[in-house]
Amino acid sequence: MKHFKLIYTAGVILLSVLLTLGIAALILAVLGADVLKTFWVIFCYPFTTLKNLSGVINIMTPLTIVGVGSCVPYRSGIVNIGGEGQMVMGLLLAIVFALNTELPRTLALPCILLCGVLGGACWGALPGLLKARFGVSELLSTVMFNYIAAQFYSYCLRVPLLDPAVAGGSGDPQTVKLETSEWLSRINEVFPSLDKGLRFHTGIFIALLIALIVYLFMWKTPVGFKMRAAGSSERAARYGGISVSRYMVLAMMISGACCGLAGTVEILGVHHRGLGNCTGGYGFSGIVVALFGGLHPLGVIPAAFFFALISYGCSALQINKIPVPSNMIDVLQGLVILVIVAAKLILANPYLMDRAQRRLTALLGRKEAA
Amino acid sequence: MLDFIVLFLTVGIPLSSALLLASLGETVNQRSGVFNLGCEGVMSMGAFVGMLIPFMVGGAGKVAWYVNLAGLIASALVGALLGLLFGVVVIKFGAPQGIAGIGLQLFGTGLAGSLYRHFIGGAQGVAGIDAIRIPFLCDLPIVGKMLFSCNPMVYFAFLMVPAVHYLLFKTSWGLRVRACGTMPRAADSMGIDVSRTRYQALAFGSAMAGLAGAYLSVCYAKIFTDTLIGGRGFIAVALVYFGRWSPLGVMGGALLFSLAQALQLAVQAYGFTTFPYEFLVMLPYVLVIVVLIFVGKSKHVGPAMLGKPFNREMRT
Repeated sequence: MKHFKLIYTAGVILLSVLLTLGIAALILAVLGADVLKTFWVIFCYPFTTLKNLSGVINIMTPLTIVGVGSCVPYRSGIVNIGGEGQMVMGLLLAIVFALNTELPRTLALPCILLCGVLGGACWGALPGLLKARFGVSELLSTVMFNYIAAQFYSYCLRVPLLDPAVAGGSGDPQTVKLETSEWLSRINEVFPSLDKGLRFHTGIFIALLIALIVYLFMWKTPVGFKMRAAGSSERAARYGGISVSRYMVLAMMISGACCGLAGTVEILGVHHRGLGNCTGGYGFSGIVVALFGGLHPLGVIPAAFFFALISYGCSALQINKIPVPSNMIDVLQGLVILVIVAAKLILANPYLMDRAQRRLTALLGRKEAA
Repeated sequence: MLDFIVLFLTVGIPLSSALLLASLGETVNQRSGVFNLGCEGVMSMGAFVGMLIPFMVGGAGKVAWYVNLAGLIASALVGALLGLLFGVVVIKFGAPQGIAGIGLQLFGTGLAGSLYRHFIGGAQGVAGIDAIRIPFLCDLPIVGKMLFSCNPMVYFAFLMVPAVHYLLFKTSWGLRVRACGTMPRAADSMGIDVSRTRYQALAFGSAMAGLAGAYLSVCYAKIFTDTLIGGRGFIAVALVYFGRWSPLGVMGGALLFSLAQALQLAVQAYGFTTFPYEFLVMLPYVLVIVVLIFVGKSKHVGPAMLGKPFNREMRT
């Protein structure tokens, strides 16, 4: 039984996947949908055309950035569920800057992105400071900051930034459309030789770059090492002379910066203007993605792709005449979190593995004897 | 001015009941050492199930009353069931409770939304449970309208405050629950089954959260929407910290928060529309953060082992 650990790990993972799919199938059956067809739409339909695949990549972009951002605080012993608020504050600052700047494209674009980063970082630093200074649980304060940011944003959309075209009308409040020169261009605009169906925006390259930078920062620099040390054992880190609370605030700032960037990229690439509800729940989904990606920036990339896939699939259910509401994506995400955290602990528990190994050896031994 | 205050309180007290029920339940959860951040999801499911039964069965008069009651009981049961599901993840497997709570929240809200669209669909209301007017007392000036013509569930919520207090501090079960939250190892060595006690507390607390959701859909709004719960589950969790894990403190928190919300509604009703209402909506959330700052300083009030999984086989 040399490879028992490998077999055990694979078995647990396989079981948890089956469990997730099983529960999902049960819920789909209750909703009166054809389970197999639904699964086909969720997992395979996005691959059928290049246009669908581009849609997946567009969803994957903010998910990757938020997911990478969520890894940093987790590794530093703090949880950031304020992604939504940080996205909103980031993109708000970016929009304000973009609407008022006269800079040429090559300068304006980086400055707008930087504004998003700044807005998110400042909003993320607040709960970090509250935790470090007053011991306020970040799980609660970040949620409160989400609501505050959402209200502030809707005020800004309704009053100072309101598009005169919808003022006084019945339409949802939104800002003026940004200049075309401030948009993130589509991939087929950059490379005209590519197929017309490939229409995802270039934000994905920013996302991949961020993942790489955060990986190098967390694993190849002294600061990153100290942050991870503070996260894996607070007491040991403190004994080693690491100021745990300082790195906590830094981790929250980095996470907020990523969320702000994600919001900005979403605006520049997809919406091209400030709208209500333009964060699309990515602030929460990013946490799921980070967990699914093993809390590693490079693992986040495939995880984000997977979640973008099922997210796109779920939103395409209605088009494919399957009577399942798109809320199904929340159900799936929630299930995945619950199953992953449980499976992780099962894998981390040496006693359970020991017991399983003894049972298996006993079982095999009996067979050999017989 | 008096009119304004009366309006403000008549709006605020019914608003506080959902928060009160949910955070009383969460108090019991946290006293046992389990941090249930998924309260929001449980409330969503409770709201949906509580409304589904009256919607499907209907009925009138006396029958409708029983049907509504059945809806409330079903929502409590569904809440307890979700609590036990959460318990398997965080008690049996010892998963990090904050993250698992987010999972439960997504799962519950998503499921409630999906099932709602399938079984009810569209903005359809129910007759629900109406406010009752207590004879004679409701005719009193000012307080009559504020205190004696509320929904029965409002009275139930406020009656649960002494009930939960008694349960936690005057019964042996309550002592066991608090022992599991403060020092599970000692409780274990005294022969208390820590896991079982935590499961019980979680089932009780989540049943309360389910009821809180049902109160919103059956008694308060009489309709279910995706945004019906609107973050009340998270607020309920914060109020437990606010109230320092005591039912009375939680009641104070729920009232304060709801009155801050009612202020916004009252201000709008009185036509001060020039002031951007978003800042008034923000007010209660800011208030919670400010209060948490002050509560955060005192470290020795809460259950010492809150959020820490207990495994009797592991060394500490």
